[in-house]
Amino acid sequence: MILLGPVLAPAFGALSILAAWQFLLPLSGVPSYIAPTPTKILSVFVTQTDLVVSNFWPTATEALAGFFFGNLAAVMFAIVFAYARFVRMAYFPVVLFFNTIPILALSPIIILIFGLGMTPKIIIAAIICFFPTLVNMIRGLESATVSEEELFRMLSANRFETFLRLHLPRSLPMLFSSLRIATATAVIGAIVGEWIGADKGLGALIIQATFNYQSDRLYAAIVASSSLSIALFALVALVEARVMKGWAK
Amino acid sequence: MGGTAVDADSLQIGYRNGRDAVTVLSDVDLSVPQGEFLTILGPSGCGKSTLLRVIANLLDPLGGRITVLGSTPEAARRARKTGFVFQDATLLPWRTVLKNIHLPAVVGGALSKDLPPGRIEDIMALLGLSGLENRYPSQISGGQRQRVAIARALVDEPEILLMDEPFGALDEFTRDRLNDELLSIWRDTGKTILFVTHSIEEAVYLGQRIMLLGANPGCILNTRDLRPIKSADNRCRREDPAIVAEIAAQRRMLAEAT
Repeated sequence: MILLGPVLAPAFGALSILAAWQFLLPLSGVPSYIAPTPTKILSVFVTQTDLVVSNFWPTATEALAGFFFGNLAAVMFAIVFAYARFVRMAYFPVVLFFNTIPILALSPIIILIFGLGMTPKIIIAAIICFFPTLVNMIRGLESATVSEEELFRMLSANRFETFLRLHLPRSLPMLFSSLRIATATAVIGAIVGEWIGADKGLGALIIQATFNYQSDRLYAAIVASSSLSIALFALVALVEARVMKGWAK
Repeated sequence: MGGTAVDADSLQIGYRNGRDAVTVLSDVDLSVPQGEFLTILGPSGCGKSTLLRVIANLLDPLGGRITVLGSTPEAARRARKTGFVFQDATLLPWRTVLKNIHLPAVVGGALSKDLPPGRIEDIMALLGLSGLENRYPSQISGGQRQRVAIARALVDEPEILLMDEPFGALDEFTRDRLNDELLSIWRDTGKTILFVTHSIEEAVYLGQRIMLLGANPGCILNTRDLRPIKSADNRCRREDPAIVAEIAAQRRMLAEAT
């Protein structure tokens, strides 16, 4: 077991499940229009590459743009809320209320306002990323210890210097942990938006494939969306490792 | 030299909680001449750290009068005449050792933008930190972290060093070594040091004078001059009978007060 290591062990786990799926599923009598085998799903990527790629890019663009704008807005709101006490007292409950509206209920309204293009999907993906990052970022900005605050007061640092040199770096671990979560939710937001009204994108492909009993396409779309999340996650993890180099406890 | 570093008259110390004020330590009369090494000894809750915070202007007194180097504590802080060393080293984990020591030069406006060339190198050499410039705080030992904290407090040459149990979290061997290094820095630089500790041995070993505080309610029990039992330059040996007797006497006074 020691020889397997951190890369080989999970690879072995995944491959064993895929192998069981590939060889045991046909024996169990489940029809292939309900659950196709891994090789059938893989063959969609090979034989219908154009279909997968042409639906992948819109979703990727929407998720990435939504991720960027949603988190950017969350960070900016968090900074305002952390430093302007009145603004926070007045508007944080409003934001809190807004967050209780299910995204599925909100999406039709957004599609209604912004039409069927990419914009509403970006907005939905942005909204779904916004709240967790906002809350984490506020907490992060306020996570400096008492003695760190005292150190900066001792050095007669002004509010901006304290923000830039203490509160902002202090918030990074919590910011990155919500950015990691947002990589998955941004993709969910884009796909949900596409379900409600779109003729392209992985969400649209999922809906079409479902109604046409093209389960190999459906599963291929799922694999593609999950790969998108993983790629975004890896990107965030890479940036995090760069930014937080040496910091780890 | 020759002036008064800290001068306090019937100082009331505590916390304001809305309209209520909770007094931690009252009627503090204190006069610390420049260049003195004063240790402030007492049990938890006696207000020794709070007193240090009032001198540092991290906290306002509830009443009474205090001057630091002839001006208000705030003026002394703004002129960087007081430096503070915290119990936990309070190094910023995202800055390297060098950048942590450099912090006083990048915040606080134009206060200390221009460190003389070689200043940081000198201070790092003084504290035995040379070679650790590019390490992060998580990559050095607890004793080294506290040395970095002292280096940071010394970098823009404060006249008074306020130290709040700086070696309280270290093992005894490291603590003893840092005690000796601190004494040699004090001899070399002639700074005034106010050193808060709850270790009787440490207080007796380091101080030219000891101010002993009692708790519940916080008060000054007494102040003793240790110069008569130490040789010139505040030197003594831990096993010296007079030092051992002084430790026993301080322990007895603390026990009697509670």
